[in-house]
Amino acid sequence: MNIYDFTGLMQSIHESLSESLSPTMVTVVEFTLVALAFMTFFTLLGLILVYAERKVAAFFQLRLGPMRVGKWGLAQTIADAIKLIFKEPLITKGADKFLFNLAPFIVILSTIMALGALPFAKGLHALDFDIGILYVAAVSSLGVIGILIAGWSSDNKYSLIGAMRSGAQVVSYELSVGLSLLTIVVLTGTLQFSEIIESQRAGWWIFRGHIPAFIAFVIFIIAGTAETNRGPFDLAEAESELTAGFHTEYSGIKFSFFFLAEFVNMFIIAGIGATVFFGGWMPFHIGNWSGFNQVMDLIPGIFWFFGKVSFLIFLMMWFKWTFPRLRIDQLLTLEWKYLLPINLVNLILMAFIVLMGWHF
Amino acid sequence: MNSILAYIKNIYHGVSTLLKGMAITGHYIVRPKEIITQQYPENRATLKMFDKFRGEVILTHDENNEHRCTGCSACEVACPNGTIEIISKREMIDGKPKKVIDKFVYHLSMCTFCNLCILSCPTDAIIMSQDFEHAVFDRSELTKVLNKPDSKLMEGVR
Repeated sequence: MNIYDFTGLMQSIHESLSESLSPTMVTVVEFTLVALAFMTFFTLLGLILVYAERKVAAFFQLRLGPMRVGKWGLAQTIADAIKLIFKEPLITKGADKFLFNLAPFIVILSTIMALGALPFAKGLHALDFDIGILYVAAVSSLGVIGILIAGWSSDNKYSLIGAMRSGAQVVSYELSVGLSLLTIVVLTGTLQFSEIIESQRAGWWIFRGHIPAFIAFVIFIIAGTAETNRGPFDLAEAESELTAGFHTEYSGIKFSFFFLAEFVNMFIIAGIGATVFFGGWMPFHIGNWSGFNQVMDLIPGIFWFFGKVSFLIFLMMWFKWTFPRLRIDQLLTLEWKYLLPINLVNLILMAFIVLMGWHF
Repeated sequence: MNSILAYIKNIYHGVSTLLKGMAITGHYIVRPKEIITQQYPENRATLKMFDKFRGEVILTHDENNEHRCTGCSACEVACPNGTIEIISKREMIDGKPKKVIDKFVYHLSMCTFCNLCILSCPTDAIIMSQDFEHAVFDRSELTKVLNKPDSKLMEGVR
């Protein structure tokens, strides 16, 4: 287990910095390094996910997807990014300029803040709060403020309708995300990500938590998809009804901020799901089969994390390219009449199971 | 009690239909051989259009440079937008004057590929070809004479 531990590496970086710099400077340099690492990761993740999305969508629809730029179209997203950077950032005449320019940054900010609390591997964890889940749930839904501001300041009816829909959607589905995570918190007894992972050393919660954990996972993945404004819940964009919804008036780099934030939000939801239900970077362990467990330990934790996240992202892409978009009333019916009551009953069931000690 | 039963039934129905949809797309993604996209300029040598594809009207000629067009103008009459013009002439065959085609003029630029001329032809002289690369550098190249020079009517077609 120890060979894949990043704690030592981080410690040695910290010590080598401390030798030559004052404590304040060390903090500043470390902050900068972490910020740079996350910026780079954010950009790379966006590029990879956009390519993956286009390829997966194409294969679901019996198409080939991008094939022209580079081998198998691998350089397509890089070309797209360069095009977006060089495009003119247009602003509508009646727009509130300050809010119009602020909105993409709020969306990006909430995304990066949530990304910072995800545990990528043992020791590779920027912020390990003792209220990690609460923090991520809180900041990841801050992005909707950016969407609302974007819709309001654009001076465009499509933007405004899209933003309002997005607001109603996130306010509703935040409940289900929170409650389904709470179902697992009942099992773990902690909100800290590192401890949640540590508690799954003997097996992932989705297997150990019986049926309630599985129901919680299904609800989480539905509500999580809705929270990221992705299809089939992409009412905020709804190309066929609202041209492009809240980002109709955005162009160039500001549009790409919204675009990237959507994909990275998907990564965050998948990351939380992987951490809470599938054990994060914890390898796949079966009870007392020590031989099997040792073989699994040989695979580095970071691969386990990204493997699980990729699986969940694939699942969300599967949803998007299979199901038709919901109407706004269907969306709210699904949340308030189905997901929420099931979730509450499920939570009580899980509490009962934990009380009786029936889980593994 | 009935309403609770209906509620659970509703959930079951919803989930099962969603899974059915996912099964269909899942079926597709694991079978990349079924992909229908054609990588056109690269596969130009092997690309085969489907049988009923309507490329352009051609007059079929056999190896003796003989066609089956009697010059009856049925296709010209059938054409809704004047794409076909039959210019005929009188020729002495076996000592008798007989009407034969001089030029079968086809304006590809006006053709809507409706297939009515092919259906109206009593001698099956014209067909739709599979060729779809119609781009030319001058508009006049789109006006074509379909009968080859010195071609004549096939024996026995009347």
